[in-house]
Amino acid sequence: MNLLAQATGSGRTLTFTLFLLMVAATLVITVWARRHTRDATDFHSGGRGFKPWQNGFAIASDYMSAASFLGIAGTIALFGYDGFLYSIGFLVAWLVALLLVAELLRNSGRFTMADVLSFRMRQRPVRTAAAISTMSVSIFYLLAQMVGAGALIALLLGIKEGQTFLGMNADVAANVGIVLVGLLMIVYVALGGMKGTTWVQIVQACVLLGGAALLAIMVLVEYNFNLSNLLGSAADASGAGSAFLEPGLRYGTEVPGDAIATMWSKLDLLSLGLALVLGTAGLPHILIRFYTVPDSKAARKSVNWGIGLIGTFYLLTLVLGFGAAAMVGAEAITAQNPAGNTAAPQLAEVAGEGLGGSATGSIMLAIIASAAFAAILSTVAGLVIASSSSLAHDLYNSVIRRGTATDREEVIFAKVAAIGVGAIAIVLALFAQSLNVAFLVALAFAVAASANLPTLLLSLFWKRFNTAGAVAGIYGGLIAAIGLVIFSPVVSSTPNSLLGEGVDIAWFPMSNPGLVSIPLGLICAVVGTLMSSESQPQRFATLQVRALTGAGSERAVEH
Amino acid sequence: MATTPTRDGPPPDVAEHEIAALHDDPRFVDLKRRLFRFIVPATIAFLAWFLLYVVLSGYARDFMGTVLFGNINIALVFGLLQFISTFGIAWAYSRYAAREVDPYAQELHDEIHYGENAQ
Repeated sequence: MNLLAQATGSGRTLTFTLFLLMVAATLVITVWARRHTRDATDFHSGGRGFKPWQNGFAIASDYMSAASFLGIAGTIALFGYDGFLYSIGFLVAWLVALLLVAELLRNSGRFTMADVLSFRMRQRPVRTAAAISTMSVSIFYLLAQMVGAGALIALLLGIKEGQTFLGMNADVAANVGIVLVGLLMIVYVALGGMKGTTWVQIVQACVLLGGAALLAIMVLVEYNFNLSNLLGSAADASGAGSAFLEPGLRYGTEVPGDAIATMWSKLDLLSLGLALVLGTAGLPHILIRFYTVPDSKAARKSVNWGIGLIGTFYLLTLVLGFGAAAMVGAEAITAQNPAGNTAAPQLAEVAGEGLGGSATGSIMLAIIASAAFAAILSTVAGLVIASSSSLAHDLYNSVIRRGTATDREEVIFAKVAAIGVGAIAIVLALFAQSLNVAFLVALAFAVAASANLPTLLLSLFWKRFNTAGAVAGIYGGLIAAIGLVIFSPVVSSTPNSLLGEGVDIAWFPMSNPGLVSIPLGLICAVVGTLMSSESQPQRFATLQVRALTGAGSERAVEH
Repeated sequence: MATTPTRDGPPPDVAEHEIAALHDDPRFVDLKRRLFRFIVPATIAFLAWFLLYVVLSGYARDFMGTVLFGNINIALVFGLLQFISTFGIAWAYSRYAAREVDPYAQELHDEIHYGENAQ
């Protein structure tokens, strides 16, 4: 039952082989895409020629990260129902993207989120703010994924304390994992651009969904497809009984005898829910995906594909999480990884063994390990292309060169930016390894919900909105979200904090800033607008007609 | 603009003022109304339903823990209903947009790019 003891010899070789196969396939795609990437539209938006189903798979791949695969399965395995609650926020959020953002963004923008934000504003201040916000969200998200990848490599290769594999001990293997993931994402983006990244993501979505579906079916077979029995076994094994199937073990926990702590804890749950549901439609790497299809109808269809795939995936993680609780058990999971991140791979091994002996166990472990790497690689690649596009298109071309850079210059800068962002992410991840950075995903969502979404919606729907409002809204939301987290228990005052127990600057009682920072971002945007008299009714009219009818929108390129 | 635009290939370019001119056209106002008639109530509804679910998860745990049958409780059923309502709203919106929005948007798009008499 112990992953470390089992994942040796042939199992390790198999994991390695499958992983190398997937990497080889994605590199072939990248080399192919490089030959078909000629101009800026190819690099930033993949030529806008993707079919809705293709973009839907890529959207799902961007979104299904280590946090949503290993993280949610692990949270369900250890805390039961609350992990499910998290995934529901992640899913419902897509309705904001579908109803309010995807089509209008596709029609009015070109390459980046800032295209829409700056449409009727002064270019330089708005694009600078949008680029800073894009970079913040992307770097937070990247760090969480890459630190996770490092820990995972050591665990999946089954390297114990004091053991070595190919001459590496666990710490070296984690470093190698981070560097490897970093180099791969740089290669995918710098060589393949959006075309290569999208196809790589499509392949990786299939690996991830296929692996998760196979494992979920194996769990369900074990319980004769009776969900109630599965839940019952999970609740019994957890030791928490029926509370395991109810909300409250992880989020919004009751603090006995302390009404105020309980109140904050429950408001923290609301705050998390708000950031999850409003954050998705403000994530830059999700937004730029809507530009890869020919028109707004295709953008709508691709979101529908995404919703279907992501929803199915979260239903699978529900089975995997409760399956791990029932079949692996909390004790074995926390022994491997206190946060529960290895619950899914451990379940794969146990379920495989149950069906066909230890060889099947090793095969299933190898499949799920590859699926986990697919989840990480596809998400980090999406984040790198979002940041390099924003740096090249917004900061370099529009702000520094005032729009005079040629297509070729912009693409070269974007490639250099991809290498730069990747290198920075690798170095930061190597330093952040020993820290508890799981909160960074929630922080990325909070920044997206506080800084990006309000300004995006006001740009599209509020006539009076102007440069001062957009700039105030972005910086206000960004500073509020990051600032409140710095002064929260996430950073100091508890044993699990980033800085540990010794430092205490935590005057803000909630780990999730959304409940305060989202309204604050909105207020900044409104007040900023009203304090400036700038108004461009003609540009607003153009933006709205363009957004709703697609007139004048960017077309697919034909080569 | 090209003198005799054709429908093959990308549509001809248009000047910004030609696009902006449509903003006060009654047909554009109608298009906006058609879109908002769905997205505004739908957004309010799913956000309210999701927040209700989160609030119940935080403050009405006895209710959420009510067992319906076997090991299935209200919390699980409400969670699964969030999935179903998300799929349902996405489906309903796509149907609505295809019937009530897209044809009108296309008509205005074509008029801007190909001129009044283009059919």
